[in-house]
Amino acid sequence: MSPGLELIRWELAQAFRAGGSGPMAVAFFAAVLTLVPLGIGPEPALLGRIAPGMVWVAAALASLLSLERLFQGDYEDGSLDALALSPLGLYGTALAKALAHWMAVALPILIAAPVFATLLHIEPQGIAPLMIGLLLGTPLFFLIGALGAALTLGLRRGGLLIALIVLPLYAPVVIFGVSAVEAAATGAPSAPSLMILGALLLAALVLAPPATAAALRLHLE
Amino acid sequence: MNETALPRAKGVSLANPVRFLGLSSRVLPVLAVSAVLCLGAGLVLALFVSPADYQQSEAVRIMYVHVPAAWLSMMGYSLMAAASAVGFVWKHPLADVTAKAAAPMGALFTALALITGSLWGKPMWGAWWVWDARLTSVLVLFFLYLSYIALWSAIEDPVRAGRAAGILAMAGFVNVPIIKFSVDWWNTLHQPASIFRMDGPTIPAPMLWPLGVMALGYSLLFAAVLLVRIESEILSRRLRGLRHRVARAELAGPT
Repeated sequence: MSPGLELIRWELAQAFRAGGSGPMAVAFFAAVLTLVPLGIGPEPALLGRIAPGMVWVAAALASLLSLERLFQGDYEDGSLDALALSPLGLYGTALAKALAHWMAVALPILIAAPVFATLLHIEPQGIAPLMIGLLLGTPLFFLIGALGAALTLGLRRGGLLIALIVLPLYAPVVIFGVSAVEAAATGAPSAPSLMILGALLLAALVLAPPATAAALRLHLE
Repeated sequence: MNETALPRAKGVSLANPVRFLGLSSRVLPVLAVSAVLCLGAGLVLALFVSPADYQQSEAVRIMYVHVPAAWLSMMGYSLMAAASAVGFVWKHPLADVTAKAAAPMGALFTALALITGSLWGKPMWGAWWVWDARLTSVLVLFFLYLSYIALWSAIEDPVRAGRAAGILAMAGFVNVPIIKFSVDWWNTLHQPASIFRMDGPTIPAPMLWPLGVMALGYSLLFAAVLLVRIESEILSRRLRGLRHRVARAELAGPT
């Protein structure tokens, strides 16, 4: 198996162990979305209006959870140095880890999202744009988040700083994701917003891993 | 390794901090005086000479404080991103220092733009804040400034902090064109562009001139304070290097 796929396979195994980031993130996602009607009240019309936004925010925060540990473990035991010297390089490492954590965290969320959106009384025609939007947006969360994790590698209380760095960069993703669902709710086409999300994803796939690799190289020196 | 001397860069003479300090000590008084004069003239023009708006009457005068502050917030971030790029590509020793010096001032101008905009919005739109595209993207810019400053202070080694923060500044630069074009791309409450447009400014001359003078005054102020901050950063790094020398000499034991 190529080194990249091997790394992805290993990361996935780590994530789905007990206490790994996979199950925890889905539980966090569910917990946040359960708090919403407790805080806002059970009125279906009101919940349906805010359901797309809440699902997106919960997905963003759940992605944020696992970021601190993205590179930390490998940095501490020296594997990051080995990965840097391997044929995979830091670029491949950044990309592989982001994709692996995306698969571990976001795919379960993608399964849970329509369930919880329905519980929050989302408009039925909004579910498809929500799913497609999350499918396009969650890899963006992890590509951008990997950059944030690489920049704050090795810092005390890095988790707070990651959130501060990464959340402003998440803002466009959430904005376009929610606007796709809201367009569907009013009967307007949601394709434009989804296409912009796709464009952002393509741009991030190209630009984020080299930036992440540069940030990792900084900390390895 | 000699820690009080920064590495030499080819070509650019200002890379030498001593030469930079010499230049800035000559330029700074000029900048400071012209900033004060420009701002003074601009305020007189804005508050007294310029005409009141036919719709907004006297409240339009907030524009002369709000608009240049917003311009400077974007230009400050652009300066920060450009300086970070120069530091990243050419490893110019003063590039990261310039970016670090510009950040808090850019953040302050952004805050000024947001606050004066809010004060202007209450009488005009009836709301202190609306989540329209331009206001939201400027708020995001403010948080990008804050995260940049936080990253600098979180990392111990100044060189590494500069590089890491530089990557962040360059990544966040995508927000600046979003702010500029947000009033075109989205249906916003904020007024569309009336000055930097393809067809030229639509604002009348008696209002354009005070705006220009205020913008110039703000820019001169920014430049003056930037030079002071760069100077103090160079001196504090020198101090740090000297402290290391002293500590190492003490470790070596009394001779």
